[in-house]
Amino acid sequence: MAVAFDEMNQPDGSLRQAYQELSLWLNDTPPDALEYRRKEAELLFRRIGITFAVYGEAEAQERLIPFDVIPRIISARDWAVLEAGLKQRVKALNLFLSDIYHGRDILRAGTIPEDLIYQNPVFRPEMNGQDVPHDIYVHIAGIDIVRVDPEKFYVLEDNARTPSGVSYMLENREIMMRLFPDLFARHRVAPVENYTDELLAALRSVAPATASAEPNIALLTPGIYNSAYYEHSFLADKLGIELVEGRDLLVRDEQVFMRTTEGLKRVDVIYRRLDDDFLDPLAFRPDSMLGVPGLMTAYTAGNVTLANAVGTGISDDKAVYSYMPEIVKFYLDEEPILNNVPTYRCRQADDLKYVLDNLHDLVVKEVHGSGGYGMLIGPSATKEMIASFRDRLKAQPDNFIAQPTLALSTCPIATEQGLAPRHVDLRPFVLTGREHTTIVPGGLTRVALKEGSLVVNSSQGGGTKDTWVLDE
Amino acid sequence: MLSRTAENLYWLARYVERAEYLARTIDATLRATALPSAYVGKSNEWESAIYTAGVADGFFGKHEQADERSVVDYLAFATDNPSSIRNCIEIARLNSRSVRTALTVEMWDTINGAWIELQQVWVNAPRTRDNLSRFLRFVQETSLRFDGSAYRTMLRNDAYWFSRLGLHLERADNTARILDVKYHMLLPEDEHIGGPLDYYQWTSILRSVSALTAYHWVYRETLKPWLIADLLILNNSLPRSLASCYDNLVRNLDQIGVAYGRQGPAQRHARGVRNRLEHSKMDDIFQHGLHEFIEELIADNSRLGDIIAKQYLI
Repeated sequence: MAVAFDEMNQPDGSLRQAYQELSLWLNDTPPDALEYRRKEAELLFRRIGITFAVYGEAEAQERLIPFDVIPRIISARDWAVLEAGLKQRVKALNLFLSDIYHGRDILRAGTIPEDLIYQNPVFRPEMNGQDVPHDIYVHIAGIDIVRVDPEKFYVLEDNARTPSGVSYMLENREIMMRLFPDLFARHRVAPVENYTDELLAALRSVAPATASAEPNIALLTPGIYNSAYYEHSFLADKLGIELVEGRDLLVRDEQVFMRTTEGLKRVDVIYRRLDDDFLDPLAFRPDSMLGVPGLMTAYTAGNVTLANAVGTGISDDKAVYSYMPEIVKFYLDEEPILNNVPTYRCRQADDLKYVLDNLHDLVVKEVHGSGGYGMLIGPSATKEMIASFRDRLKAQPDNFIAQPTLALSTCPIATEQGLAPRHVDLRPFVLTGREHTTIVPGGLTRVALKEGSLVVNSSQGGGTKDTWVLDE
Repeated sequence: MLSRTAENLYWLARYVERAEYLARTIDATLRATALPSAYVGKSNEWESAIYTAGVADGFFGKHEQADERSVVDYLAFATDNPSSIRNCIEIARLNSRSVRTALTVEMWDTINGAWIELQQVWVNAPRTRDNLSRFLRFVQETSLRFDGSAYRTMLRNDAYWFSRLGLHLERADNTARILDVKYHMLLPEDEHIGGPLDYYQWTSILRSVSALTAYHWVYRETLKPWLIADLLILNNSLPRSLASCYDNLVRNLDQIGVAYGRQGPAQRHARGVRNRLEHSKMDDIFQHGLHEFIEELIADNSRLGDIIAKQYLI
């Protein structure tokens, strides 16, 4: 694996432009002050109750995501490229979804194999021919970006279902501003706090035509045991909308209502943080206790808008991901601004052969997996792990894709021994409403805290950082 | 407001109040049992603590004997007692998490902080008398801080009123329950001016509703059982008296009624009980039977709880 691109230091040891001021500040700041601030931050997080649950760990039901106090800094120039690339990508995702559930030009053109769509469990036949307001499917996208060199950003994953993490983007900034006012005074950092206003505007703009001028918007959560519950309550609060669970809602005459102390109240837009499978036990999983019976009838009648739409999973599926460059070209007739990570489709015989021959060099992912579960990281895997993965791969090749192990860029984190580089990724959040697409400058930077580790997922020992986009 | 939110706020306040009441009960019992038996008689104070907490069925399903060890553990820490102090705090925090957005930061801080302290300090602390008395103080302070935060920081809207309903209904329930268990101590019948035995029983009752000092301020007399009954039932200047609880229940239900532009059975029922308390005299109550009067109030509390739930919470 090549030496990773470091976002702060050039290979010759000199500083990159965006980090100049930070470095000066660090020189003036004793290391134990950083440690002291880190502890203070942790206390604040704990008190605010920003925790997440790790599934399958009875003991540590609520844990803090470790927070690193050194900001990750992105120059205005780099951000401009990212922003254009993200907008292009999300536009293509929406066009693709509209096409897949309507005319299917892209299948007829042979750009994507039909069975990849039709036999995909996240494809929702219920959405066939179903119109959604303003043809927007993905209102909120969290696109995972990694960087490998000064010029290249790769999209690692498109999260187009119920992406989470934005509360960390917002809270990390709040806490950094509280802990390091002097550091902020020395930079011009683009603000992120307008995210919730932008989100609210986007949600309002897609209210059904039958809604009143003041549409009633609610955030649907699976409940307090969900790993992202904190975020749900945080967002509902900032948006000033009700945080509802399935049992708070009911469907009558193809309309959705919420139970209030003053009786039933109509709901027009649901920002749902519940997966398709659980939305409506009458339409999807009958054993779901989290959803709302009949929700799909209200949805297909056009009386309620769901954000994101039902069936968006087909656009961020890892097998479909590998076709994203073609998808961008097909709908927009443009070259993709952001690259895909080169991806081997194990469903194709020659790709599968290559993957099997090179398992020790590759990252192999389950097509429908997420959160870093069910993947093989070849270079750090034992012989036994590789052998057992080989069997799984042979048994169900369609279920996997493989990618080269990327040398993710590194940023400094504060350790007890001083600053040390660690691998990072970035999840910016892309909002699409009727009028426009917006991206607040920043995102969630996840960092693999273990030296050399490439796994940034919070469920597997990753931490977060505040992400600064400089406003030059 | 979502019915579930109102329900959570209502129960949150109830559980915090219940935790405090249990702490006071344990505290008062500890004091009573620390006295020589000549002062308190042979009655089993720990058993009566179980009854005033209203958990006798659960307790005697597990234990043969009510003694300090078993009762303190059951009321304070037992995980299989749904309303042990520990469970009250756990449930209060769960409720808080569900309605985070309806709470002020100060209220959340109090509950979340108490929950963290419970886990980190109290659940595994050695069960010594010293620790117990610090624990009980911690519980009472949590309740005071929660109540104070609510009072000082919440917007005066339905969220606040529902939380107040929970608080006052729980209080009414607790005061009625202690009267139900101890009513025979308060009967004036044989007119004997209480010996030391009764005296300490009476202070114990007053202590468990934190009204010992209040008694002296209100009556400027030595302890008289009928005055104690008067204080706890009819005197609306004592915050834990039934009269005061119902004044508050009526006031908060009225606020909700005005805000929603409509009243219902909850308002009617609460007003009915309040009027009965307002127009009762202790003499008449004794004449018609203190115990019957209290039993009726307990039934009224539970009926009001059901009506509120039906009218607003489900």
